[in-house]
Amino acid sequence: MSAAALGAAQSGLASCTTCGLLSRPAAPGQLGHCPRCGAALTARHHHSVQFTWALVIAAAILYVPANALPVLTTTTLGSSESDTIISGVVYLYQSGSWPLALIVLVASVMIPLGKLVALAYLLITVQRRSAKNSHDRARLYRLVEFIGRWSMLDVFVDAFIVALVQLEPLMSVAPGSGVVFFMAVVVLTMFAAHSFDPRLIWNPDNLGRHPHG
Amino acid sequence: MRHVALDTIACPDCGLQQTIPQLPPGGTAHCARCRVTIARNPIDPIDRPLALAVAAALAFLVANTTRLMGLSAIGREATTTIIGGAREMWSQGSEITATIVAFCAVIAPGSYIAFMLVVLLAAKRPPAPRWVGQLLRIATFVQPWSMSEVMLLGILVALIKIAQLATVVPGIGMYAVGLLIALLAAIAATFDPHVIWTRVVWADGTLPPPEPAAPDRPPARIHAGATR
Repeated sequence: MSAAALGAAQSGLASCTTCGLLSRPAAPGQLGHCPRCGAALTARHHHSVQFTWALVIAAAILYVPANALPVLTTTTLGSSESDTIISGVVYLYQSGSWPLALIVLVASVMIPLGKLVALAYLLITVQRRSAKNSHDRARLYRLVEFIGRWSMLDVFVDAFIVALVQLEPLMSVAPGSGVVFFMAVVVLTMFAAHSFDPRLIWNPDNLGRHPHG
Repeated sequence: MRHVALDTIACPDCGLQQTIPQLPPGGTAHCARCRVTIARNPIDPIDRPLALAVAAALAFLVANTTRLMGLSAIGREATTTIIGGAREMWSQGSEITATIVAFCAVIAPGSYIAFMLVVLLAAKRPPAPRWVGQLLRIATFVQPWSMSEVMLLGILVALIKIAQLATVVPGIGMYAVGLLIALLAAIAATFDPHVIWTRVVWADGTLPPPEPAAPDRPPARIHAGATR
């Protein structure tokens, strides 16, 4: 790497986030629209850090009811039993399918929690204008973006169990109120990962500037 | 002319400006700083993903119209389709969950395949009209929400959970979902959105530069991404 390495923002050029075209500003102080695809040009995702923090905090709050409330209620011959995400994992483990219990534990507990911790770490290091471990942080961000969707696993499991186990009056399964909170956590963390601008890892000095395009 | 030389780009992940060298067929270029893939030169960039998209559309139709799995317990039987998972959630009062499940399992993959078919067909003969770029933008937006592979794993977990209570029989739909996932992954591996952008008419009315790039293009200048 030479010392002359330039980011697009420092050189005064703007890179289109839609089609990737690099272009000069339309007028001084005004980036304008991409000449190729017509999308509005911005030097950074607008208020990236604030937006991402808001989504991370909202997801962390919703994570509590997502785990405390039942996701499935099974009614067998009049008696009903409720399962939370954790008790579903415990049930899978006790019934002998530990590889499956591990998959659900990773997808439903470890990935959402890991995503919240990872995004908070990335936000804090960017706000402290840290220049350390940039490569590791960039890799961490890519991992967060890549694995986030797998948290939706439990929602699909619940949906198909509900769809199939409707053998009234013998046995029926209804969705619990925890599912919607859990799904909100997954959706919010996916949006949070998307709104975080990874370029801030490399150029935290641009944090304060918000050129409007 | 506001744009810089077309082979100069800023890395989408770290912002580093660099010139992309001429890539061999099938080659990729990585960012000199953050190592993310910044350019590809896929072999047969329109026809291959187009053929895969046609196959994916067929697999999608089969996956959504045939039964996914059936269940029998003490003489009683039940079956479900993909959309059946969302429909039962809706009728049990979880409308929001049902909507998101339907979106991630059916609407997102379906519209992604449909948009890809239209975009690739329209881009076969450049210059492609401007709306091709707009459709590509929507396709790129819905792609992360297309969760067929997560759904399949979810179905398998659900099957094993239910198998302890009743006999479960996988249907044709299940195999079609497996095929659909493989085809969607193959589309992602063979398709390069940049190829489409080099073929559409620009927003400012400029016609796209003629392909293919001149073979005597100057070699990489500053911070050329490493080829692999």
